[in-house]
Amino acid sequence: MELLVSGPANASRSRWLLAHAAAVFAFLYLPIVVLILYSFNGQGVGGFPPRNLTLDWYRTLFSDGPIWDSVFNSLQVAFAAMAISLMFGVPAALALDRAQFPGKALFRRLVLLPLILPGIITGLSLLMLFNLGFVAAALKLVTGQQLSLLTITLGHGTALISVATTEVFAGLQKLDRAQEEASLDLGANYWQTFWRVTVPNLKLPIIGAALLIFTLSMDEIAVSFFLIGRDNTLPLEIWGRLRRGITPEINAVSTIIFVFSLVTIVFWYRLRVRSENGTDVGMELIEAAEGGSK
Amino acid sequence: MFSRAYKTAVTVPPLAWVAVFLLVPYLLMFGYSFWSVSPVQTIVHAWNLDNYKELLRKPVYWQTLLRSMWIAARVMLFSLLLGYPLAYFLSFYAGKRKDLLYQMVIIPLWVSYLVRAYAWKTILGADGVLNTSLQYAHLITHPLDFLLYSPFAVVLTLTHIYTPFTFLPIYAALEHIPRNLVEASHDLGATPAQTFWKVIFPLSIPGVLAGATFAFVLSLGDFLAPLLLGGPSGIMISNIVVSLFGAAYNWPLGAAISLGMLVLVVSLLFFSERLEKKWSFS
Repeated sequence: MELLVSGPANASRSRWLLAHAAAVFAFLYLPIVVLILYSFNGQGVGGFPPRNLTLDWYRTLFSDGPIWDSVFNSLQVAFAAMAISLMFGVPAALALDRAQFPGKALFRRLVLLPLILPGIITGLSLLMLFNLGFVAAALKLVTGQQLSLLTITLGHGTALISVATTEVFAGLQKLDRAQEEASLDLGANYWQTFWRVTVPNLKLPIIGAALLIFTLSMDEIAVSFFLIGRDNTLPLEIWGRLRRGITPEINAVSTIIFVFSLVTIVFWYRLRVRSENGTDVGMELIEAAEGGSK
Repeated sequence: MFSRAYKTAVTVPPLAWVAVFLLVPYLLMFGYSFWSVSPVQTIVHAWNLDNYKELLRKPVYWQTLLRSMWIAARVMLFSLLLGYPLAYFLSFYAGKRKDLLYQMVIIPLWVSYLVRAYAWKTILGADGVLNTSLQYAHLITHPLDFLLYSPFAVVLTLTHIYTPFTFLPIYAALEHIPRNLVEASHDLGATPAQTFWKVIFPLSIPGVLAGATFAFVLSLGDFLAPLLLGGPSGIMISNIVVSLFGAAYNWPLGAAISLGMLVLVVSLLFFSERLEKKWSFS
């Protein structure tokens, strides 16, 4: 509903707000526009105005082996982290919604902690775990190295359980338990009820959480920074190159990732629009991270 | 309606995972902070308070922590100054375009943190987009060199990254304000400014607190923006931790600093939560 006021004071007020909003949007989008624009700049990353527009940087990018290796590594990590987070995050949401157990309040806070703690703390504390004698030995036994994509995956999977738990927990609050009750009364066991009633009803929060986990994992650097072995993820590969100097190739790869993210958002948005009871993915997350105990 | 077996099945696996991969690591960090490093660079598991004494004794740690808090405070302030009016505009004045504009605030969040920090680097550098365009317009003759490798660059970049985060809870709080309260205020003769300060703003305080905490806490622990854009004067507390865990090889001291940060962050969250409860009317 619109604010039902009018008059000159209000008009000038809304003009100021409009100008402010335009300025904030300009601030938010300036780096993204620059990033994309200069991925086509033949003269390198700086210099105004951009000159000699070219697709050369994209050509360089497509023949750049290490970048594509790191993209492949990141995809592996993101899919595996998504599996771990959902595998433990969905039951965690069910547990928080339906079970009473000692330490429940602590558990809820602990799960949410990686969301709000600086990544460096989560990353370093996991590094300490992986550095314990028998843990290090076990890791070496599995992958041949102490730190590898496996440790990054465990880190992402653990930190992002919070995403699955909050999204699914929010979905559970809106769920009508009568359906599950009916299913159990009609003779389905818990396993069947879970897969045929609970999960289909939570389809949207689960897909939303999965997309969010995937994207966050693809971008994650603060935790990965400390758990990296020989193989780089994409953000760490980019990080390594930034330390050596900057080329528009980085703009090119960033532009491609941005376009992929946009496609994901549009996909998610269409999915959400189709369901009337849709939630803003990420909104629960922010509220949960802040509210903590609610 | 849920059996004991069901409850056990959904509780035990996540509980076990979180215990192993979150609780144990945080406890290890706690333990490390009381240990020390021997001259031959092995960890000595003898419990003492030396690391904490060292932190209190050497001013560099305090100074860096205070500088980090000052950077984080500025990021928080600017994010609020940018985020609040934007949220207010969207919630009360944007009309039909509200949803589209909301999505437009969210979209930058999908661009990688690293990539956005990098983009600012290409804008602010001596040969960067900003300097060269100012020179192109003949507004300056020599590049402005205070832009990059300074606390300014770190504050600017972190503000850019955390403004949408600050916006979200404020926008949610504003959206939850019943519009008939606002109408009642107008009908009873309040001016728009009075309505804003006496009705709308107090009701949005929980969102403001949430957004402010988010911006402060997340920028406080950042170490990548300072490494990329901060230069020597933009070093933050996490950079010290990174070097203690890397070349300087003193995990116990690094763990003590991390634990200090953890306590600081958790107590900030605790207080902000208390304040939010105090200010929430629903």
